[in-house]
Amino acid sequence: MQEKEMEQQLFKIVKVYLPQDVDSTAIQLDSHLMQDLGINSAHLVDIALDVEDEFDIILNEKDMEEMQTVKDAIQIIKAKTA
Amino acid sequence: MNTYKKNRVVITGMGIVAPNAIGVSAFAKALQEQTSGIRFDPQLADLNFGCQVSGTPQITEEILSENFTKLQLRGLKATGLVYGVIAGKEAFKDAGLEIAGPQESMSDMGIIFGTGQSGGHKFREAILLIDEKKVRRLGSTSVIQTMTSGISAWLAGELGCGNMVTSNSSACCTGTEAFLMGYERIATGKATQMLVGSTSDSGPYIWGGFDAMRILPTKYNEAPEKASRPLSSDAAGFVPGSGAGAFILESLDSALKRGTKIYGEVIGGALNSGGHRADGSMTAPNGQAVQDCIKLALKDALVKPQEIDAINGHLTATSKDAFEIKNWSVALNRKGENFPLINTFKSYVGHCLAAAGSIELVGTVLQLKNNIVYGNSNIKSLHPDISVRVDASTIPLKSVKRDLKIIAKASFGFGDVNACVILKKYTV
Repeated sequence: MQEKEMEQQLFKIVKVYLPQDVDSTAIQLDSHLMQDLGINSAHLVDIALDVEDEFDIILNEKDMEEMQTVKDAIQIIKAKTA
Repeated sequence: MNTYKKNRVVITGMGIVAPNAIGVSAFAKALQEQTSGIRFDPQLADLNFGCQVSGTPQITEEILSENFTKLQLRGLKATGLVYGVIAGKEAFKDAGLEIAGPQESMSDMGIIFGTGQSGGHKFREAILLIDEKKVRRLGSTSVIQTMTSGISAWLAGELGCGNMVTSNSSACCTGTEAFLMGYERIATGKATQMLVGSTSDSGPYIWGGFDAMRILPTKYNEAPEKASRPLSSDAAGFVPGSGAGAFILESLDSALKRGTKIYGEVIGGALNSGGHRADGSMTAPNGQAVQDCIKLALKDALVKPQEIDAINGHLTATSKDAFEIKNWSVALNRKGENFPLINTFKSYVGHCLAAAGSIELVGTVLQLKNNIVYGNSNIKSLHPDISVRVDASTIPLKSVKRDLKIIAKASFGFGDVNACVILKKYTV
């Protein structure tokens, strides 16, 4: 899968969980999911499940802890789908 | 005497999700016209229920998108939570209140919003995943949708309520109990405004136990609107219903200061239990306790039995309806033509279980405000044990205009619990 394509798919997943006062243009590669985008910590669990479904992978405890920014997520997905 | 009371308490906002209407003005019209919300329920039929009719609110996509964000709607399957949030927000808006800013909650406004069992469908989904060893697939929405206090927690967050926030549970008394608990909190000066109400889920996982107990009607699956027959000689059991009712209760001082509309005044009430003694049991009311509850409510409100203009009963369409009429009659020492006007909305909304008290209280307050007593549907002929005690003229079959000053509303619940509220038209 092309990295650009992966990025777009991930942006689409993250967009759903943005607080109402955060615009989707705020999502950048180095955006921190909680600190920059204001995503509720409870929803990180849901993002992980959506990522699993979208990319057909399983995320373990360590993956979830490391998934802090959009870029982190891409690294993890890349490693898992390689 | 009630010297503990410091504040007069009034109703300044209402919200409703009922089987026959959503929104207070639509509900007033539906009650006046006795519009039935009882429909054939294909899911109950598919699952071989004896009773295949229900009173289920008709929630549209439009109503959902008005009340929930896209994110909130993801995986939202707890119908009781949906009903409660819609009704609670309507009541808040109706009272002209403003949502708290981002930093500070409203310390004088609390919530008591009850339910029976929350999110049966969501809970089933969770159980199936857990049994498949996929607990992590529950995601973040399982807890809020299945915990009893999910509804009060959700509303507290949306509105920013910072006083007591809780959920009560007492079966069919839940809504009436929440109303009284909120009233007492304001009367004693512990809060200025309370959002109170109750909600009840729809669906087979909530209603199944009642079908199993064979207390639901089974002969009206082809004629749903005729299924719920309270007070009638051919009453055949209660029709399962669902929905939510909500109120903003407020100190009179605060309401006057805000210059907001006032639906009516809460002047007292009582809560008790028969303790499953004498003729009481898990499923049957102890008649003496029912009478005591009514008398205690009158005493609390400083009202004489003769001053009651109308009663909105519990009256579910089981064999206990006649017993309830007897208990009212004995407690008030009124019979024949001297009995107050009495009605029930259950013939067109069914028995909304944990939501029954709050849904019916919304209708009762509308009666008080609009000087009307809504009609009782589906009475073929009065049950003989009722007609020997009270005159047929006290049980209107069609909605009738009447100057109302004081109304009593009671709920009697599974577990032998009772709740009675006394409402008065607001006058300076």
